[in-house]
Amino acid sequence: MSRWKTVSRITTATAWLGSRDHLMTTAAIAPRQWRKPPLIKRAWLRWALGLSAVVYLALAVGTIDVNWTRLWEGLPRGARFFAAFFPPNFTGRWHDISDGILESLYMTVASTAIGIAISIPVGLGAAKNVAPGVVYYFCRGILALSRSFQEIILAIFFVKLFGFGPFAGLVTLSFATIGFYGKLLAEDIEDTDPSPAEAVRATGAGWLQWINYGVQPQVMPRMIGLALYRFDINFRESAVVGIVGAGGIGATLDTAFNRYEFDSAAAILLIIIAIVMLVEYSSGYVRRWVQ
Amino acid sequence: MLQIRGLTKRYRTGDLALKSIDLDVADGQVMALIGPSGAGKSTLIRCINRLVEPTNGTVSLNGANITALGSYELRRARRRMGMIFQEYALVERLTVMENVLSGRLGYVGFWQSFLRKFPQSDIDQAFQLLARVGLDHMADKRADELSGGQRQRVGICRALIQDPDLLLVDEPTASLDPKTSRQIMRLIKELCGERKLSAIINIHDVMLAQLFAERIVGLQLGQIVYDGPPNRLTAEVLTTIYGEEDWTATIRKAEDDDEAALRPRADVPLENRQPHHDRDRMAGLT
Repeated sequence: MSRWKTVSRITTATAWLGSRDHLMTTAAIAPRQWRKPPLIKRAWLRWALGLSAVVYLALAVGTIDVNWTRLWEGLPRGARFFAAFFPPNFTGRWHDISDGILESLYMTVASTAIGIAISIPVGLGAAKNVAPGVVYYFCRGILALSRSFQEIILAIFFVKLFGFGPFAGLVTLSFATIGFYGKLLAEDIEDTDPSPAEAVRATGAGWLQWINYGVQPQVMPRMIGLALYRFDINFRESAVVGIVGAGGIGATLDTAFNRYEFDSAAAILLIIIAIVMLVEYSSGYVRRWVQ
Repeated sequence: MLQIRGLTKRYRTGDLALKSIDLDVADGQVMALIGPSGAGKSTLIRCINRLVEPTNGTVSLNGANITALGSYELRRARRRMGMIFQEYALVERLTVMENVLSGRLGYVGFWQSFLRKFPQSDIDQAFQLLARVGLDHMADKRADELSGGQRQRVGICRALIQDPDLLLVDEPTASLDPKTSRQIMRLIKELCGERKLSAIINIHDVMLAQLFAERIVGLQLGQIVYDGPPNRLTAEVLTTIYGEEDWTATIRKAEDDDEAALRPRADVPLENRQPHHDRDRMAGLT
């Protein structure tokens, strides 16, 4: 009985204290605390995730075996290697270099054009707001397939299929362009403002007219920008896929390295850099213009 | 003549937007459709040209049952129903002329429209309409260079060049200032008169509806709760449509004229009130 009383007395006391607390906060003496709610609510989970990430990173770094003495001894060799690049020799193998560059440019232009031509219908089909269900899944499938392999893997595959030379490179880059351009086109179409498209549909326009008037003007600037960007990527990739035998400047570069003609290789690298920069600047200009 | 019978729309989410609507709109009649947000106004006018597929019921325009049409006939039927939108719904990157000519898409083939080779008669008509709304000098401007009122006038031209029998107008003044709103409503009313068009105008501004429509239909939760002339919109009627509120400032009495309606309203912020000397400019649009 007496125990009961004590308990109840304590309860009353805390209740009283609590209410006084409350009075104090509403009297604006102590400001109400606020903190941004954490991303992960449960504190133990938050700490466990953070800690395990740190531990994993430490272990992963630990497994990288760096041979510091070898690295140190290699430095002068690296310097000699770089020195061999200078002065770049543009003239010695100019014929091979210009052939390679031209082949790469042909490959780039053709694969960008073919890739984009194919990705327009695929991209339209892969946009949920313009394509019916079955078409949508089919076209998304094509895009996923095209995007699942890196250009080098595709190039190796197509070189085996079609033999050495620029045709394999052309097919590789076209195929890769479909995945890139089609996906971004589809996403841009899905992001378009539906009301102008609805207005065009309300006039009695057919499906193609609807796309041409209601959708195309909205996606055009981004599509032009992306076409130039993909041109840029395709040119750089044409140098890479050449190394596995798909023609273009990459093949010339590979040959130069294999023959230890580093001065010619340097010339090729400089030309690649110059062309990429040229495309970069002109695409920036064109993009501003189409806005 | 537009006849709607038992029109019902249930969205896939299960929401019943329209509950068996019956409505007739006579030729040449300008009707305002008022009601709170979510009452089904937009759904109703979109069910008429089947931008929204009705679940049940029939819509017929001049005796032709629109709800039964296949996709080809539906496109042909849509040519006879011009639509004017909230926020104008112009294609911003196209020129004013292209936007107006897009109203002819139902009449020309794909290649004609793709190459922008519209028949000369269409181009003449487009210039006439643009001149009528005072925008013929803007034909080659891009639509996004225009002001709100100008854009809506382009939207009106796009609807009229379809040569419609009926105008479906969805919140035409929603993003316009009070003065431009009146000009746009007056223009729509005048054009309907000139061309003997009937119109259904969704509008949330009760004052504007009373000023410019000859008939008012009140929609609430997908049902028609009022159908009558503007001067019978009493506080009780507005309460059944929208719910309890002080309606004294909203109701326009039968003897009021245009001018009285333009008197400063308590619920319009001071900077939006119409200065009196502006009245003569408001009388004509162009």
